[in-house]
Amino acid sequence: MPDLRIGERGESVIDFMTEHLGGFFDLLKDFLNFGLRSVYELLTALTPVAMVVVLVVLAVLATRRILLSISLGLGLLLIQAMDLWSETMQTMASVVVATVVALVIGIPLGIWSAFDPVVRSILRPVLDLMQTLPVFVYLLPTILFFGVGDAPGLVATIVFSVPPAVRLTQLGINQVDSETVEAAVAFGASRREVLREVQLPLAMPSIMTGVNQVIMLALSMVVVAGLVGGAGLGGVVVNAVQGLQIAASIEGGLAVVVIAIYLDRVTSALGGQGRANPAWWPRRREAAPAAPVTAEPVSVG
Amino acid sequence: MSTDVDTVAQPTRRPTEQPAIEGRSLSKVYGLGDRQAARALAADDPAAAVAAAGGYLGAADVSFSIGTGEMFVVMGLSGSGKSTVLRMINRLNEPTAGELLIDGEDITKVSDSRLREIRNSRIGMVFQHFSLFPHRTVRDNAAYGLKVRGVGRAERRERADAALQRVGLGDRGDKLPHELSGGMRQRVGLARALAVDPPVLLMDEPFSALDPLIRRDMQDLLLELQAEDRRTTVFVTHDLNEAMRIGDQVMVMRQGRVVQCAPGAEIVAHPADEYVSEFVADVDRARVLTAYDLQRPAKLVFTVDERPDAALRRLGDNEAQGAYVLGQDERLLGVVTDAALLAAVNRGDADLSASVSQDFHTVEPTAHIGDFMHRAGRQVVPVTVVDARGRLSGVVPRATILSSLSTAPAQERERDERPLEVAARA
Repeated sequence: MPDLRIGERGESVIDFMTEHLGGFFDLLKDFLNFGLRSVYELLTALTPVAMVVVLVVLAVLATRRILLSISLGLGLLLIQAMDLWSETMQTMASVVVATVVALVIGIPLGIWSAFDPVVRSILRPVLDLMQTLPVFVYLLPTILFFGVGDAPGLVATIVFSVPPAVRLTQLGINQVDSETVEAAVAFGASRREVLREVQLPLAMPSIMTGVNQVIMLALSMVVVAGLVGGAGLGGVVVNAVQGLQIAASIEGGLAVVVIAIYLDRVTSALGGQGRANPAWWPRRREAAPAAPVTAEPVSVG
Repeated sequence: MSTDVDTVAQPTRRPTEQPAIEGRSLSKVYGLGDRQAARALAADDPAAAVAAAGGYLGAADVSFSIGTGEMFVVMGLSGSGKSTVLRMINRLNEPTAGELLIDGEDITKVSDSRLREIRNSRIGMVFQHFSLFPHRTVRDNAAYGLKVRGVGRAERRERADAALQRVGLGDRGDKLPHELSGGMRQRVGLARALAVDPPVLLMDEPFSALDPLIRRDMQDLLLELQAEDRRTTVFVTHDLNEAMRIGDQVMVMRQGRVVQCAPGAEIVAHPADEYVSEFVADVDRARVLTAYDLQRPAKLVFTVDERPDAALRRLGDNEAQGAYVLGQDERLLGVVTDAALLAAVNRGDADLSASVSQDFHTVEPTAHIGDFMHRAGRQVVPVTVVDARGRLSGVVPRATILSSLSTAPAQERERDERPLEVAARA
């Protein structure tokens, strides 16, 4: 077999990018850092306890389960008790920014690939690559591009968490009952109207599952982000492990678990409710069956 | 139909001047590119050519003409191409070849924006599985066509509520579709189509997902609405009874081709081929066939000025017990029995006027068999068909009724066999 020297070629591509795209990377870095700082300031605008109250209220609105929301609140108070509040909020900020960017990239790509089989077949191996290539392989180049700090971890996080947004958006749109789509077409709706008024609303449960997945993947990257100098719980855990401080690593890990559960419950509840149900208070919980995703209407006599 | 029908209007057929919808040699090929499909269609046997190229011929050379206000039923088994034909009318299925004219405009040639306009303003559609928007309220579902049209919120609401009122769901506007039963959901589907008040309504097996009782209700509702609106409607079904019940014209399809296109009763009475007769085998003939379809000429007819003794002799020659008596203007006066004639001979009457009795049952040509079959065989003459001007149209013997209700194709009408007595009228 001939030696294709793929690795070396790849390296020279990265060298080229480092040399010639520096301006672009600096701009991206500034943008991401600005986003991180803004969200962090927003999250720490209130005292920790007041913020916990706000987060619990949000949880009640989203899940309509009071007991669950109180448990989540206790977990958040535990973080404050461990004195990890500001690190946790840094992590939250990077999760929020990574998620927003991943969705802004992923959802339009998902819509595009839902309508274009060619795009779909091109995207598929790319998404596989993004999800399965070991993180450290592209962490190194990102340090070259962005230097040590929050940005490289954030970019790696975004790369890692875009795929579910694309996949679940595309799946959700393609799963919408074709007869329902036809009904809109038969009444003269344009493709844009069909997308906006029928396909996207009916794909919403699937898209929200994608959002939930994106958030979970982003959170799972925070420890890795700590390795390359990212602030937040990742840094706490990495420092604790490197210093063999078991107590500190337990606390950092626990804080990650708490916000993971919080974000998962809240965002998965948003997906399950969909937009079909206008009631947004706990009372009607049992009266609202999940919106049919593969909506083949059952004929009831 | 046979030729001797000029005096009686065919009950189900409505005269059509300029067709509202006209299909000309429509063909639909699935699974082939345009050029390949065109080449296959040009072959001597298009179906075989399309299949050989790896495609599927959904509709082959289908032509039809639908009059304004007509209820046009397309019938066939699944895969016969009936839905394909329906969906070509609003181009949900793009015709591969042929022309489709709606009020003279060939919609196979219009631009995309004009097509959307036509779909929105001229054609309403009702779907087999309802295809409501599950995330919108019943009212918003009904208002969808108006929303696409850009009608303002208040007017939209008003017209949607009016449409829901018509289908009997005036109080359900705020519900979501999943809160309604199947029959109600299809009422919403119907309201959605009616709200835009389109001149053409397309219905793709709209009631086949409903249970039989609800289906009947929905047919009644449709007939009611149709009686008010006289909307040009194309209705696809695989249920012959449904087709007979609601259709003015019925087009039977098989393997993408039109087998027969005629009023329902004619299809039952005169199936074009084996396929159609098998299809109509299990139809409820009593509700489809009319007296007009079954009648045969009366064998023995006297005129009122005939002599009683001559009449009695002819009665005996025909081994009959009674016969019809016509007046000078060919109006049916009544019947005479052998006993009455004998009495008249004994009295020395010069004509039959004193012997006529009303001991017989008359029906209009449009009466269904089910409405009069229990009367058959009670009197000396068969059930008598009398037209609107009081003239004798024909008779329906009990044996004819019974044989028409059996599943064999109706062979009982031998109209050419005209008895001499009729020709001998004064």
